[in-house]
Amino acid sequence: MDYFGILVDALRAAVGPVAAAYALSATGLNLQFGYTGLLNFGHVGFMLAGAYGAAITVEAGGSLWLGIPIGIAAAVALGLLLGFPTLRLRADYLAIVTISAAEILRLVVRSTWAHPVTRSVFGIRAFADEFFDLNPFDVGRDYGWGDFRFSGRQLWVIVVSWTIVAAAGLLVYRMIHSPWGRVIRAIREDEDAARSLGKHVFSYKLQSLMLGGGLAGLAGILLAVEQQSVFPDTWMPKITFFLYVIVILGGAGTVMGPIVGAIVFQFLFFFFDRFMTSAQLQGWFGDVLDATGAAQVKLVLVGVGLMALMAVRPQGIFGHREELLIDER
Amino acid sequence: MSAESRVAGIEPVPGVAKPDAILIADGVRRAFGGLQAVDVGHVEIQRNTITSLIGPNGAGKTTLFNLLTGFDKVDGGHWHLNGGALVGIPAHQVARKGMVRTFQLTRSLARLTVMENMLFAAKDQRGESLVGALFGGWHQTEDENEIRARELLERFDLAHMEDEYAGSLSGGQRKLLEMARALMVEPEIIMLDEPMAGVNPALTQSLLRHITGLRDSGKTVVFIEHDMDVVQEISDWVIVLSEGRVIAEGPPETIARNPDVIDAYLGTHHGEVP
Repeated sequence: MDYFGILVDALRAAVGPVAAAYALSATGLNLQFGYTGLLNFGHVGFMLAGAYGAAITVEAGGSLWLGIPIGIAAAVALGLLLGFPTLRLRADYLAIVTISAAEILRLVVRSTWAHPVTRSVFGIRAFADEFFDLNPFDVGRDYGWGDFRFSGRQLWVIVVSWTIVAAAGLLVYRMIHSPWGRVIRAIREDEDAARSLGKHVFSYKLQSLMLGGGLAGLAGILLAVEQQSVFPDTWMPKITFFLYVIVILGGAGTVMGPIVGAIVFQFLFFFFDRFMTSAQLQGWFGDVLDATGAAQVKLVLVGVGLMALMAVRPQGIFGHREELLIDER
Repeated sequence: MSAESRVAGIEPVPGVAKPDAILIADGVRRAFGGLQAVDVGHVEIQRNTITSLIGPNGAGKTTLFNLLTGFDKVDGGHWHLNGGALVGIPAHQVARKGMVRTFQLTRSLARLTVMENMLFAAKDQRGESLVGALFGGWHQTEDENEIRARELLERFDLAHMEDEYAGSLSGGQRKLLEMARALMVEPEIIMLDEPMAGVNPALTQSLLRHITGLRDSGKTVVFIEHDMDVVQEISDWVIVLSEGRVIAEGPPETIARNPDVIDAYLGTHHGEVP
């Protein structure tokens, strides 16, 4: 088996555009969950809102440069819509409402009824030409070393995506290390205490949900632009839970956590994916596992790998161990 | 004027008017299902005194606190702080208007440091708005708040803990932090819900000293307490609640002898031979 090839494939995935989109989305989720303590179980819905907001604008004859802010605004508005009725209530209500809203959105955009606008299951394609027109790299050649190569097209997406991730990381760093960030961390610790000291808890929770939602919206746009298409079934609930894994793996409530978490997660995911696929093709499993079975065992292995990492560092890669040990009375 | 003389000459009857009342409540009511938890006719709190709120378990003391500070909604009635109506005002605005409360179970912000707990409570920090946080210009306020926070931490014997997580403090230190933090809001009146609960007895005296210190620095203190020795020791005035009503009030000496209070605590038929 070509172990080196598997490793290189996994490395390419770890720095690829999908990892960047996950890093950006997880940064938004971390703001909500890691810093504010909001249980948003429908994060993928914000990504969907962003992607469709941009794609529909282009389909309707608008420019992609108009579509992107519209997509982000749609995700922010979704945060307002979902947060307004629920954020005054106990934390679980937000969880219930977000997880359902994300599924409702996916089912609505894939319904035949919505076909005239969303193209239903056929998806909206080729809407990001304006982005690729700006590509400074030569699409005719590959860049990189040995097998670690990206096409000029991929490289353009990668450079832009990771630049946006870096900017988002800096933004969150600045916000968290300001008095605003202190308020949302205090709300995570104890809402009533924050209220008793004169802070408008509801307003801050709403701001955090909308800001994190906006980052997820932009992440959804990045994914869609990279694939030059938006399909309803890209936005399955499991994406939300991948993002939670990424945040916790990297360290909830840290700026670098979600970014590095996304890289590690994508690496592990593709390492086991390539490994199981090759092993199955070479007949390692005889009749016991077919290709589908191998793909399922891959997910088990990813899970075991993540558990091993969490056993070694329960606070996540960048988390602070002292914070984990504080007993909450 | 000493604290005793500030309540001297006030008649010890329920609902008595006070010459310099900071908080006046009228007809404040709250029921939970069929249970009338609070039904306060008229009560006034004299400014710059320590007023204890006592009463048997379930008398409605904490419920009354929750209502007055905006943490729960009344069924009826109104109350004024310094003449300004507070009915229907949300809890965070009550705090900004100068009435800050603490909780029976201490609510330290565990994963914030002691200093962060203090700075968090300060008012009028522009950096707490999204725009202010993004564009900066809040560092000067922060520095000023830090000086004030250090003075308070010094006063409450917490200066050496400044950079520790609040979650790593002892129970008594958390109570002190809660008091110091409340002062960062610059309140006029501080409502303490059982400040002695769960505190090592060795720390009680030091906590009491800090509570009298609050009054001596010009604040009004209202506190809920179960320990009658504590109440006798530091209160200037005592208000007794039973089944949601004010059944007695007066200086601590008179309260201990009041037959209605003894009835409320021990039942009406004490002393009688069946």
